[in-house]
Amino acid sequence: MTNDSTSSVATEQPLILMEAVEKWYGDFQALKSVNLSVRKGEKIVLCGPSGSGKSTLIRCINHLEAYQKGRIVVDGVSVTDNHKAIDIVRQEVGMVFQSFNLFPHMTVLQNCMLAPIRVRGTSKSEAEATARRYLDRVHIGNQADKYPAQLSGGQQQRVAIARALCMQPKVMLFDEPTSALDPEMVKEVLDTMIGLAQDGMTMICVTHEMGFARQVADRVIFMADGQILEEAHPEIFFKSPQHPRAKQFLGEILAHH
Amino acid sequence: MGYTLDFSVVWDHMPALLWGCLGTLGLALAGMSLALVIGIFGVFARGSHIAWLRRLVIAFIEITRNTPFLVQIFFLYFALPSLGLKLNPTVTAIIALGINGGAYSIEIIRGGVQSIHKGQVEAGLALGLHKGEVFRLIVLKPALRAIYPSLTGQFIMLTLTSSICTSIAAYELTSVAQRIDSDTFRSFEVYFTVTLMYLAISWMLMSAFALISRQYFNYPTR
Repeated sequence: MTNDSTSSVATEQPLILMEAVEKWYGDFQALKSVNLSVRKGEKIVLCGPSGSGKSTLIRCINHLEAYQKGRIVVDGVSVTDNHKAIDIVRQEVGMVFQSFNLFPHMTVLQNCMLAPIRVRGTSKSEAEATARRYLDRVHIGNQADKYPAQLSGGQQQRVAIARALCMQPKVMLFDEPTSALDPEMVKEVLDTMIGLAQDGMTMICVTHEMGFARQVADRVIFMADGQILEEAHPEIFFKSPQHPRAKQFLGEILAHH
Repeated sequence: MGYTLDFSVVWDHMPALLWGCLGTLGLALAGMSLALVIGIFGVFARGSHIAWLRRLVIAFIEITRNTPFLVQIFFLYFALPSLGLKLNPTVTAIIALGINGGAYSIEIIRGGVQSIHKGQVEAGLALGLHKGEVFRLIVLKPALRAIYPSLTGQFIMLTLTSSICTSIAAYELTSVAQRIDSDTFRSFEVYFTVTLMYLAISWMLMSAFALISRQYFNYPTR
């Protein structure tokens, strides 16, 4: 296949497709027939009460969690138990975690260079150049030689974003990226994410930051009890949520703001 | 009591005793290296998806930790030749020390691995690294750091246990001491000196472990 023929098709076919995905933890059903289609460049915000399956949903996309029924396709590759497929998908899907998960024994720069060198086979010098470029982009280039423990939470999370970007993924998944941060550091991380969104990155964000959702999301998806209950443009979702659970959720969330 | 101390005997045999110290140190370092390798691979195998491998490791740990070291070394040295496997005393001693220390190390290192936040593993996997790479590149160093005091304590223990290797006449400090003692009948002087020598060896090793720790675990945590 040539680049030309795939790129025209790629714009039409969804980058991420989930069809009737079901997941159980033993007897507990965490995902109930989840259907989701994300186009290239789309920004999705996933919200809902805790335990609603938001994190589980995005963790199925890069197979950190296995699912039992249905189908997930990422950029044309079916996410199954097949190791090759998982390898391919994980290279194309970046993930940012609530608890940053930087590697404490590596400097910021080493954190960013590890996967490109090991997984993509990038040369050391090229990996370093890429790492420095992304670290500059998240405004943390001058901390490249520090260790994670020497950085604030907000700085660590920005490094985590840069680290994921260094793999030059097609999609970025954010799993409550600001929930573990002190309030004064939330903004710097959200600003980084907004910048990324403006550059056209495809993003799925599990977050309760409704200001962020308003500003960048193409769609807000509301989940409860392992189901997608509502899916709408943020303006519509925040102004007139349809489902009673969504109304209740928004009432609770906005009461705190 | 009428016993007159005479350390000149010790002095006369000092070269032999010092060679004995070197023998002990050699056995200990080789045994530690083997124990560390067994420990690390053992932890990886114990966490394997393959059930028989997991059970094999557990059986190995149980058998090794619940039988005397003296019996283990006799088994390797006297019983294995019946099956056609004859090893010299030094090699047998190293293998015995490595196996024994390895069994304890597996459990110690496993504790360290379990202390690592599972988010570390997930971050590695999400970046596209394989399970083995995640273990080797991401989990291992912080895990070793977490249990370094227990592990090095176990290694000091291994060093002192090497004195039991005298039972198969491996070349080490205690066997040298026994020989001098039986030649001179100066038990007090000889074993007093040997006690001090073991103490010195332990201290040396502890200083070396501290130095390694400063070099290898030089990253800040909180």
